[in-house]
Amino acid sequence: MNYIDSSLKVVGTRPIRPDGVDKVTGRAVFAADTRASGMLWGKILRSPHAHANIVSIDTTKAAALKGVFAVVTGQDFPEIASEEAFVGEGPMNFRDLSLNCMARTKVLYEGHALAAVAASTQEIADQALALIDVTYEVLPHVIDVEDAMAPGAPVLHADMFTSGVTPKPETASNIAKVVTFKKGDIDAGFAEAEVIVEGSYTTQPVHQAYIEPHACLATYSPDGQVQIHSSSQGHFMIRAYVAKLLGMSISNIRVNPAEIGGGFGGKTLVYLEPVAVTLSKKSGRSVKMQMTREDVFRASGPTSGAAMTVKIGAKKDGTIVAAQQVLKFQAGAFAGSPIGPGCMCGFAMYDLPNVDVVGYDVVSNRPKVAAYRAPGAPITSFAVESLMDELAIKLGIDALTLREKNAAKNGTKTHYGPVHQNIGFTAVLDAVKSHPHWKSPLKEGHGRGLATGFWFNIGGESSAQVHVNEDGTVTAATGSPDIGGSRASIGMMVAEVLGVPATTVRTIVADTASIGFTFLTGGSRVTFATGMAATQAAEKVVEDLKRRAAQTWDIPVDAVEWKDGAAYPAGSNAGAFEPLDLAALALKAGRTGGPILAEVSINAQGAGPGFGAHICDVSVDKETGHVKIERYTAIQDVGKAIHPSYVEGQIQGGAAQGIGWALSEEYIYNAKGLMENAGFLDYRVPVASDMPMIEAVLVEVPNPRHPFGARGVGEVPIVPPMAAIANAIRSATGLRMPDLPMSPPKVRAALDAAG
Amino acid sequence: MAKTYVSATINGESAEFLCETQQTLLDVLRDVIGLTGSKEGCGSGDCGACSVIVDDRLVCSCLMLGVEAEGKSITTIEGIANGDTLHPIQQKFLEYAALQCGFCTPGLIVATKALLDENPNPTETEARYWLAGNLCRCTGYDKVIRAVMDVAADMRGEKVA
Amino acid sequence: MTSLSYAAPTSVDDAVKLLAGSAGLAKVLSGGTDLLVQMRSGRLKPELIVDTKKIPGIIGIREENGAFIIGAGTPGAVVEAHAGLNAAWPGLVEALDLIGSTQVQGRCSLAGNLCNASPAADSVPALFAAGATAVIVGSNGRREVPVEQIPTGPGRTSLAKDEFILEFKLPVRPARSSDAYLRFIPRTEMDIAVVGCGINVTLDANGVCTAARVSLGAVAPTVLLVQACADVLIGHTLDADTLAKLDAAAQAACKPITDKRGTIEYRTKIAGVLARRVAAIAFDRAAGIKNGKAH
Repeated sequence: MNYIDSSLKVVGTRPIRPDGVDKVTGRAVFAADTRASGMLWGKILRSPHAHANIVSIDTTKAAALKGVFAVVTGQDFPEIASEEAFVGEGPMNFRDLSLNCMARTKVLYEGHALAAVAASTQEIADQALALIDVTYEVLPHVIDVEDAMAPGAPVLHADMFTSGVTPKPETASNIAKVVTFKKGDIDAGFAEAEVIVEGSYTTQPVHQAYIEPHACLATYSPDGQVQIHSSSQGHFMIRAYVAKLLGMSISNIRVNPAEIGGGFGGKTLVYLEPVAVTLSKKSGRSVKMQMTREDVFRASGPTSGAAMTVKIGAKKDGTIVAAQQVLKFQAGAFAGSPIGPGCMCGFAMYDLPNVDVVGYDVVSNRPKVAAYRAPGAPITSFAVESLMDELAIKLGIDALTLREKNAAKNGTKTHYGPVHQNIGFTAVLDAVKSHPHWKSPLKEGHGRGLATGFWFNIGGESSAQVHVNEDGTVTAATGSPDIGGSRASIGMMVAEVLGVPATTVRTIVADTASIGFTFLTGGSRVTFATGMAATQAAEKVVEDLKRRAAQTWDIPVDAVEWKDGAAYPAGSNAGAFEPLDLAALALKAGRTGGPILAEVSINAQGAGPGFGAHICDVSVDKETGHVKIERYTAIQDVGKAIHPSYVEGQIQGGAAQGIGWALSEEYIYNAKGLMENAGFLDYRVPVASDMPMIEAVLVEVPNPRHPFGARGVGEVPIVPPMAAIANAIRSATGLRMPDLPMSPPKVRAALDAAG
Repeated sequence: MAKTYVSATINGESAEFLCETQQTLLDVLRDVIGLTGSKEGCGSGDCGACSVIVDDRLVCSCLMLGVEAEGKSITTIEGIANGDTLHPIQQKFLEYAALQCGFCTPGLIVATKALLDENPNPTETEARYWLAGNLCRCTGYDKVIRAVMDVAADMRGEKVA
Repeated sequence: MTSLSYAAPTSVDDAVKLLAGSAGLAKVLSGGTDLLVQMRSGRLKPELIVDTKKIPGIIGIREENGAFIIGAGTPGAVVEAHAGLNAAWPGLVEALDLIGSTQVQGRCSLAGNLCNASPAADSVPALFAAGATAVIVGSNGRREVPVEQIPTGPGRTSLAKDEFILEFKLPVRPARSSDAYLRFIPRTEMDIAVVGCGINVTLDANGVCTAARVSLGAVAPTVLLVQACADVLIGHTLDADTLAKLDAAAQAACKPITDKRGTIEYRTKIAGVLARRVAAIAFDRAAGIKNGKAH
C-alpha cells in the first residue's frame, strides 16, 4: 500500500523517540557497559611498525603471568580461503578481513593486531602484552597513494596483480584494481568543447571519529555456542563474519545489539569480535574488549585519501559536453577502497553526454579503510564541485545556473548505467534559488560557496515484526541497529498503518536469534527498507485484525474496514456493530486464531537516490589563514521525512563532519610511517564553538517505491560540504584550495603566494 | 600496593569503595561502583563523555584519580533526574532531538547542568564555548545548542508553559 | 601489580619529606590534567603520587600589600571567577582560561601548567609577562624566583626532586597597566597553541609605554621572554611603526620547530601577527579601554 498522498496523523510529526529516556539518563546499554559473570578483560598487542615481517612471537612469559587466562596469536585463527565479498559496505576479501583482525606472518600498518590476551584485570592484561616477545624484520613502508603506485615502491602483498588491466601484470604491485566507467565518446566531447577547465585535487584520510570506541563482550560455551554483545551497525553482519572467520556455524552464534555510539560506516565490519570469541574459547570465560581511542585511530578504518584529476569541457552557454576524472584512492593495508562508488558519484548530479572515469584502488601501509558515510562520494565530489565552480567563474555564469543547466533529471542516464527516476535534484536547486541565504547580500569580507552532492542509497534485506500485545498495545521489532532515531521512525510508520498514536507502539531492536535476517544499518537504508518491512508487517496485522473482526461479527472480511485504530463495519449494509479497537480484538485473540503478529522479510528494491545542495558563507582571517563558517544551509531531497527532527539531525551531522573534513581533519604520519595524531587532541573534529547553526531544509519529492515516499537521507549531507567551503574560500580570497584539509597554514601560504 | 578505601557522596548518597591508585574516577564509577552512564570516549580529557560534577565543579572523571574522590560530593548523569522525574535539561534534549546515538549525551547533559548552575543566562556563544569540551559527532551541535538555550529560558521562568 | 602509591599530605613539611624520601619517581599531583594523561600514555611511570591539594594555602587567592598571591594548585575556574584578578590581570586570567575545556578548567592549575614545561603551555607566556614570582618549598626551605627561571626545556624544570611550588606572587600593579594573551589554534577551542603571546604594559598619561614585558610560547624549546620586543614598545605609543617593528622583533625571536601542530615558517609569521594583536589589546586595557576576552 502507498500512503504518499494520504493525510497522515503520525508520520511527519515529532514525537519523543522511544529509546530517548534511557539515553538522557545514562541507562542505555552500550557494549562497554555490558558485564558477564567471571568476565575477563581482553587486550590486543599491536604492531609498532608500519611494515614488517613477524619473525617470531614468544608468548610464554605472558601466558605464565598470574591472572592471565589465555593468549592468542594468528596461529589460533583458521586459515581463510581467499574470497572476494561485499564486506560491510565495501568490497573486501574475507581472507584479508581475517588477517586484519589478527596478523599472521606480516604486519602491514602501525596498530595491526598480532596477539591478544585475556586477563582478570585490565592492568594485568596490559602487563601481559608487555611480556609478549615479538621479533620483527622491519621493512620499507609506503604511506601516500601516489608513492604507493610508483615503480619501486615497497610492495605490501606479493600476490597482488592489478585486476582490471589487460594484459594482467606479471609483477606484483600495490595497485589492487583499476575500474573504468565510460559513456559516449570522451575525445569527441572535448573536441566540441568551447571551454575546458582542469584541476588536480588531493584529500587526506579522515576517520569517522565516532565518540564510542569499538567494544564487545563474547562468551564461548563448552558446547560451541557463542553469545556476543557488540556495538555495531549490524549484528547479523557480526554473526556472519565471526562464523566465517572462525569456521563456526551461524546457528551457534547469537549476537545481541548493544546501543551503538556512532558508526557512520566504521562499525560495519569486525575487529574485536573474532578475537574476543577466540580468547573466550581458550580461557573458558567471558571476555570483554574495548579499543582505546588511540587504537581506534591506528587500527580501525578511516576513509581513503586520494589524488585526483578532473577535466570538464563545456559550451560557452554552460552546457557540459565532456567530463573526465582519474581517481587514485588509497585502501589502507588491504584492497577495497570505495573507488567504485567514488567513480560513480562525482558526476551523478549531471546529465552528461560524454564521460570517462578511471579509478585505482591502491594499498599502502595504513589501517584498512572502512566505509565512511557515502563512501567515495565526498572525495570525488570535492574535486568535481570545486572544478564546476572554476568553470562557472571562467564562463561568467552563476554557480547555481551552471548546476541547473546540467542537472540530472528523471530519465537522465548515468555514466555508470542506471537511469535516474523520481529524483528531486531540480527541486533542490529550486529550493536553493528561493532560499533567503542564497538571496541575501554577501557581507563585507565574506565569501559564498555552493556545492551539490549525490548518493545512491540502498535497499536490501530487512525483517520486521509487529505484535499486538494482549492489552492492545503494540511492540514492533526489527533487525536494524538504531544509529540515528530509526526506532522512532519505524514505530511511527507502524502506528500510522495501525491508526494509533505513536506512543502505543514500542519499537525494539531484536537479536539475531529473535528476528529474521537483516542487512546492516548503512547505505541510508533503514527507514527505507526496514521501514518498508515494518509497514508491510503492520499491514498484515491490519488484515489479520479485520479477519478477526469479521469472524467476531460473522460478516465477510471485505465488509470490514480499518480506520483510526479500530475495525468498523464497512457501510451500513455490513451491520450495526460497535467498532473493535486493538484492545478489544486482542482480548479475543485466543478465540480468533491465537496471538496477533506478523513478520515480514523482504529484499527491498527501489531505494531512491538522494541529492543535496549546500550554501556556505565564510570569512577568512587573512593573517592567520583561519576560516570561519559564518552561515551554513543544507538543502536535501529526503523523499518524505518520517520524523523531521531526526532527518534534520542527519543533515546537520553529515554537514558537520564535512566541515571537519574540509578544514581540520587529517591523519598525520611521520617518516617512520607512524601516526602522530592518534587522539582527539590533535585529530581535530569540530567542537561546538567551531560551528554555526546549520539550517537543514527538507525538500520532499516522494520516492514512489516506498510506502510513505521516504528515501535515504543519512549519507548525502557529507558529500557537498568540502567543495562548498572551498568555493566559499575562493569567493572570499580569489584563491582555489585544491588540497584538503584547508587548514590555516595552507590558506595563509596560498595567500602569501598570491602576493 | 594495597587498595585505598575511599568514602565520598555520589548522587547524594554515601558511597564507599576500594580502588587502586592508578584507577581514574571514571574507572571507579564504571567498573567498581557500576554506574556506567559516564562513558569513556578517549581517556585523555579531550572528549567530555566522562563529565561529572565534583563539589559543584564540572570535571572529566578520566582526569581524576579515584582516590581523589575522598570526601567529595560527586554528581553523575545518574543523579541528574529526580527519581523518575526527568530534569528539564533531559526533557528538553528529548523534545529537541538533541541526541542521535546518545553516547555523548550523558556528558553533555552534565555539562549543561553545570553551565546553567553557573550562568543561567548564557548567550549562544557562551554556551558553545562552555560545551566545547563535549565532542558530539552525530548532531553537529545545532539541536543541542537550541535545547540548551531554550531550557535556560525555561529555567529562568521566562516562558509561559 | 604496579607499585604506584598515593599520598595526600596536609603540610608542606610532610610533602617535602615524601618527595625527598621517594626511591623511585615521585610526581606532584595538582590538577592532574597533564599527569594523568601522561601516565595513561606511558610517558610517565611514577611510583609515588604526592597530592598537594590538602596543603593549606595551596588552593586560594589572597591579597597582601596590594599584590595578589595565587595558591599554586588553585583550579583555573577559581582564578577566572576572581573579580580582583580579572580587573588587574585580565591577560593572565584569559591565558589560564584557555587551557583545555571547561572540564579541564575545573582542575588545572598555574603550577601544573608551568612545571609540565610544555613550550606551548597557555598560561605561561602570560605568567612570564606578568613578572610573577614563584614561592618554592623544599628540603632547603623556601625560595622565591622569577617564574621564567623555572622551565628549562621541554618537560624539564629547575626544581629539585624534593621541591614544589607553593604559590605565585604577582607584582603590585602601577596605574595604567594591563596585560593580554592570545594564542593561535586551528579550531576555536581544545587545541594546543600553535603560537601564544602574552604582553604586559604600563603606559603614561599620554599613552606612551613606560614598561613592558613580552612573552612568546610554542616558538622555542621553552616559553620566551623577549626583551627585544619589550624594547620596541618602551618609550613609544602603539602606532603603525611600533607595530611593524614589534612584528619583526617577534618573528626574529622565534626558534620554532616543525611538528604536527605547525611549521617553522607558519609559527614565525603568526608570532608577529599575535604580537601586534595582543599589544593592541594590552595597550587599550592599560588606557582604560575595554577590550574583550580572547575569544
